[in-house]
Amino acid sequence: MLEIRNLHAEIDGKKILNGLTLTVNDGEVAAIMGPNGSGKSTLSYVISGRAGYEVTDGEVLLDGVNLLELDAAERAAKGVFLAFQYPLEIPGVTTMTFLKACMNAQRKARGEAELSTPDFMKRVRAGADKLGVAQDMLRRALNVGFSGGEKKRMEILQMSLLEPTFAILDETDSGLDIDALRIVSEGVNALRDPKRGFLVITHYQRLLDYIVPDTVHVMSKGRIVKTGGKDLALELEQNGYRDYVGEAA
Amino acid sequence: MGTQKTAPQTPAEARITAEFLGARMTLPGTAAIGDLRDAAFEFFMESGLPTRRLEAWHYTDLRQSMREALPIAIAPAATAILGLGARLETLVPRIEGLDTIRVVVVDGHFIPGLSDVARLPQGVSLCSLSDALGTGDPALVAALCAGGQGVGDSALALNTAFMQGGIVLDVAADTDVGVPVEILSLCSGAQAQAVYGRSLVRLGAGARLTLIEADGMEDLRVEQRNCALVVEVGDGAAMEHVFIPAQLAAGSSQVAHLLCTLGAHAHFNSFTLARGGGLMRRQAFVRFEGEFANAQLAGASLLKGHDHFDTTLVVQHVAPNCVSREYFKFVLDGEATGVFQGKVSVAPGAQKTDGAMKSMAILLEDGASMNNKPELEIFADDVVCGHGATVAQLDEEQIFYAQARGLPRSEAESMLLEAFVDEATDRVENETLRETLTARIAAWLVARRG
Repeated sequence: MLEIRNLHAEIDGKKILNGLTLTVNDGEVAAIMGPNGSGKSTLSYVISGRAGYEVTDGEVLLDGVNLLELDAAERAAKGVFLAFQYPLEIPGVTTMTFLKACMNAQRKARGEAELSTPDFMKRVRAGADKLGVAQDMLRRALNVGFSGGEKKRMEILQMSLLEPTFAILDETDSGLDIDALRIVSEGVNALRDPKRGFLVITHYQRLLDYIVPDTVHVMSKGRIVKTGGKDLALELEQNGYRDYVGEAA
Repeated sequence: MGTQKTAPQTPAEARITAEFLGARMTLPGTAAIGDLRDAAFEFFMESGLPTRRLEAWHYTDLRQSMREALPIAIAPAATAILGLGARLETLVPRIEGLDTIRVVVVDGHFIPGLSDVARLPQGVSLCSLSDALGTGDPALVAALCAGGQGVGDSALALNTAFMQGGIVLDVAADTDVGVPVEILSLCSGAQAQAVYGRSLVRLGAGARLTLIEADGMEDLRVEQRNCALVVEVGDGAAMEHVFIPAQLAAGSSQVAHLLCTLGAHAHFNSFTLARGGGLMRRQAFVRFEGEFANAQLAGASLLKGHDHFDTTLVVQHVAPNCVSREYFKFVLDGEATGVFQGKVSVAPGAQKTDGAMKSMAILLEDGASMNNKPELEIFADDVVCGHGATVAQLDEEQIFYAQARGLPRSEAESMLLEAFVDEATDRVENETLRETLTARIAAWLVARRG
């Protein structure tokens, strides 16, 4: 369970999160919607531990562990996963090498044995097949020359291999065509699990047709201003954010 | 290069002069070689140790940094050689998966008794530099001077004056030395000393050779080393060269000269893995004397602490239709200093020259610095020549991405740095050597993390 309480955060002295409170239970898919500049991406970075953000108040607990005391790698080992809006290209590092290094680093941090190469290969092949990731892509440098859809599929493949307890999808739908959106969403849905929570950040209701959320939260000016069920997303699609933006003011 | 000498001798220069006067009569060679030494030393006396006032040495002031000169190394004692021989395989482990013919040099002197002399294939001859100098063969003298490349460089002049040992390796025409030759430089004792070696490698037309220059000792020692490798790649011959200089202790200095001439259709590929250790300058002079030859100089330089490493290249296209590639990567940590000076000159008439030079550096700390000075000097009108130099830091976005997947920051940095350096290592043609270099780079990166 992820619990965020009264979270205040700023970057370069500019306040972005203003007392945000949010709970996502195990097995729950929570969607966060909100206008540009409402702090959605900042929230994902603060949860995952990106440098440069100063948390001035509040706490973020994952299964009771205070994430704010851990660095980004330690948070990942604790089960936090962030699917990037713009996955980074890593020239010179093959996808296979990167995957293995990350999986083993997390295992090491948790005191587990390293994966044997055959075991690792088996997992990657199985995961890649499910997402339609070609074996050839696994031998190429990570994300280098990948299309937008391929990069997002690679994010979901990494998520499936790292088996997080809490996953954040930061505008995973951006840059995807309908086919890619369907494949990526199916990948996410396959990972829905009673023990795993999701935070799905999106601008548009469309993604939520594919990944149907349990709860929908509206974010404005660094706070959650409205919480509802999946129908809230439909309402936002029709009426826009104007009814809610005012509430935070 | 100026030869004006106004400043009085520094203590180091005075000591070097005393060493030369003391050793002159015992240095190997005929009277003609003696004349060569005297002329070189006279030039050194006029110009002194290289200083920053010389453009070619602007970023590496040897005169300033060499506070004292160490005594010239003497031939190692028989007992010391025996001791090294007994420990050789543990002292310098074999390159995994690569059979090599080992040639051992101790304190700058070739030691046939420790070398795999009997394994040299037909068509390959090997002798010590001192024996070769003893013959006074004019062709040998000419070859050792590499057609005058590097003339006017007082560090090279010092090497010419003192050259006390090394090897002469001749590969006959059309001989493929299938097994790489590995020159190992060892040190016999704890005495801090100055080593002046010069080796000559000549490939006849159509010959093929892989040459590795490596240092045995992994433990750091104080030394002043001024060594030269002279290479002649004959028409249609091909040579791959990998140089792994010694990691000397802080306070050491090392100047490693490479003087290479290429015949027509010749191929030369040289890679240097520098891992710091005191002050080091790698200077390479390459000259294309025949058409349709190609040469590549590449390197990876991993520096930390107060390491100072200077790569200076002078590539001369004299003949037309030749290709030169220079590709260097620097990783600079702590307060290390990197220098890249590359000069590609294209003579009138060297039409259709294709030259590309690149230097890329990553600075890991604010205290680290990189000096890039690429130069093109073109006197022909139908050429394609370019250069690029970059200095950057690691990409924080990439690091966060890897961290968010569970890689601790230090491991993420190593992964990115390894990928950065691999682009240079990839230029080594021998796959086993490439893997060995990659492993050593990885080991350096792990050690950096502490």
